[in-house]
Amino acid sequence: MTFPKIDLNKLKNEGTESVTIKERRNFLKLGFAITGVYASGKILSLSSTFSGVAYASGGSDFVEKYPYNPHYSMVIRQSLCIDCEKCVEACNKTNHVPEYGYRTRILTRKYQGQLDKQVEFIPVLCNHCNDAPCVRACPTKATYKDPVTGIVRMESKKCIGCKTCMLACPYDARYFNAGRHAIDKCDFCWEERLSKGETQTGCSSACPTGARTFGNLTDPENIVFKLVHQLEESVWVLRPEDGTKPNIFYMKGNMVSVDNILKGQKFIYSDPAKS
Amino acid sequence: MTGSMVNISKRWGYHGIDALKKASPGYLMLMGAFALLALAGVSVGLHGMVVGYHHVYGVSREISWGILISAYVFCVVTSTGLCIISSIGHVFGGEAFMPIAKRAVFMSIIFMLGGFCIIFFDIENPFRMAIYNVISPNLSSNMWWMGTLYGAYLVFMIIEYYFLLEQNHSLSRLMGFFGLVVGIAAHSNLGAVFGMLHGRPFWYGPYLPIYFIFSAAMSGGCAIMFVSTLAWKINPEIMNQRMERAIKAVCQVTIFLISTIMFFTIWKIVTGMVSHDKSLVIMSLVTGDYAINFWCFEIFLGMVLPLFLLLRSRGNNFNMIMWATGLMMVGIFFMRYDIVIPGQMISVYHSLGVEEALDIIKYTPSFHEIMAALFGLSVICFAYFAGEKMLNGHQLEKHEIVPEGGYICPGCGAIHFMEEGETVEDAMKRHHKIW
Ligand code: SF4
Ligand code: SF4
Repeated sequence: MTFPKIDLNKLKNEGTESVTIKERRNFLKLGFAITGVYASGKILSLSSTFSGVAYASGGSDFVEKYPYNPHYSMVIRQSLCIDCEKCVEACNKTNHVPEYGYRTRILTRKYQGQLDKQVEFIPVLCNHCNDAPCVRACPTKATYKDPVTGIVRMESKKCIGCKTCMLACPYDARYFNAGRHAIDKCDFCWEERLSKGETQTGCSSACPTGARTFGNLTDPENIVFKLVHQLEESVWVLRPEDGTKPNIFYMKGNMVSVDNILKGQKFIYSDPAKS
Repeated sequence: MTGSMVNISKRWGYHGIDALKKASPGYLMLMGAFALLALAGVSVGLHGMVVGYHHVYGVSREISWGILISAYVFCVVTSTGLCIISSIGHVFGGEAFMPIAKRAVFMSIIFMLGGFCIIFFDIENPFRMAIYNVISPNLSSNMWWMGTLYGAYLVFMIIEYYFLLEQNHSLSRLMGFFGLVVGIAAHSNLGAVFGMLHGRPFWYGPYLPIYFIFSAAMSGGCAIMFVSTLAWKINPEIMNQRMERAIKAVCQVTIFLISTIMFFTIWKIVTGMVSHDKSLVIMSLVTGDYAINFWCFEIFLGMVLPLFLLLRSRGNNFNMIMWATGLMMVGIFFMRYDIVIPGQMISVYHSLGVEEALDIIKYTPSFHEIMAALFGLSVICFAYFAGEKMLNGHQLEKHEIVPEGGYICPGCGAIHFMEEGETVEDAMKRHHKIW
């Protein structure tokens, strides 16, 4: 089996002209019904347990029914990451991660022959998969999907340390923590921050460039909702072929359209001839 | 007490500690060496447990299953294999295979226990396992099923062995059948523990569960021949015509199974070479770091040499069989290692093309890991040598010497005992009642 390698540099922005009105409409519907993940015409990730479309009270026609509420998610705007590792530091400090372990890290991808940049940084962490292989693999339910928030958490006292979950995880998100006598992993800072009333994770609040945006996917006003539900810029997930239904989304995140969305504007067509 | 001892000795062929005292000094020294090695292994393992495995083990975040899991897999594969091969005789009535049953079932129990000794030092919190496997089971986890099914398998094998000793052939057959069913379920599930991990393309898929069953049968055949011919070296008296016939039959089956595994291996390599995700691993087996493991141990010692020697021995040359199967056991160990470690060598982020995941990940077993694995293996060796003496070569019949009240069953050739007032025919019917 070969996994499709998506070389984002080779993808061209197809522009709106090449999409017919009908496709556009269909996709708009889909975009709400399916976590709007669209790269070069391929839908990469479907949000799980989609159980019908609910009519929303607010402005839009359809609202995705996400399996959790709040459905925590992170959108990583990859181009904004400068590898300062402030997030990693913050994570280690917040969650008392020992020296030999990490919950999140920054990967480096190098390019040759590109005009704009030679290197790209890709933050990775637990994807809080909706179909989490680690949860299936654990013999004692020591790791579980929180039924309310969808966060994949640990009940340390049940962990027998068989390390099956470490091998089951296709994102290398777990390590054995000798101090806890259990596997340790990202919990979106549930224990240290969210459960104490904070709304941001350690890493997202430490990120100086806004590369990591954290929020609630069920809230149309939330930044992650807005970033995921737009058409202009591709959104993708890592290793979609494993069918884990991840909740960490990636995008380049430096296009004007994204800024416009965040500023609350729908679309601004700028005419280069006029400016 | 003495009375019942005599009784057990007669019925079970149990010769007690006395038999050990009569053993030659060389034999005792060998046993002592294994006992010492086991002791050293368990001490080093406990030391690791106290100071924390992450300080002393070679396993890492990426390669989290190392030589201990390989050794565990080796033990349980051999155990299941012994059960599969011996069941041809005493469960399915293949007459030629019957005389190996007692030794095979005994060794199958021992290999399983040895495997448990090893995994004890791999699991970080083995004591929690006993509690939470029961009160918080995850039925969709292969790992949970592995523990449960192997546990049940061990229980069935022990009961079966008891009935074999008691000469209750109908019950031992029934238990043997259950043991076989559970053992096969447990074992294919072990393949699925690996085969159901996404993101590990070297393992993922139905190949491993199927391969494990055939591979187990091959290991079982090899192990039976090895322990039987070694027992013959220890005590030539155990070889009689029926035993010779049994070895020959096992030899034929094993030759067939080795060929099957060769076939499996060839296609694994060929298909892997054209796969984008597996080719790095396959190349490291064929030409890279694992080439010696693969070609010298797995292929040559594990398959080619034994196939050649077993064919040449024609199933009669016990010396040759002993060498062939002894070396093959070593080869099989590497076969297991070559499944467990290479499956983890490619980072899950390799396909992303990032700098951190370009190369294959390395693993070298540490001293602590090797000793903990040796603990389990020496327990097995020690128990084997003790068993050969104390259980009198797992034989009742010493050729002509038939104990009082016993007779040689014309059907199966073993020694049966008559109850009072029973005719030979009645006794035979009782022993071979079909359930
Ligand atoms: S990323 Fe790994 S640890 Fe996180 S939920 Fe998915 S499988 Fe589990
Ligand atoms: S190491 Fe712990 S959390 Fe992971 S599968 Fe084993 S018991 Fe479950």
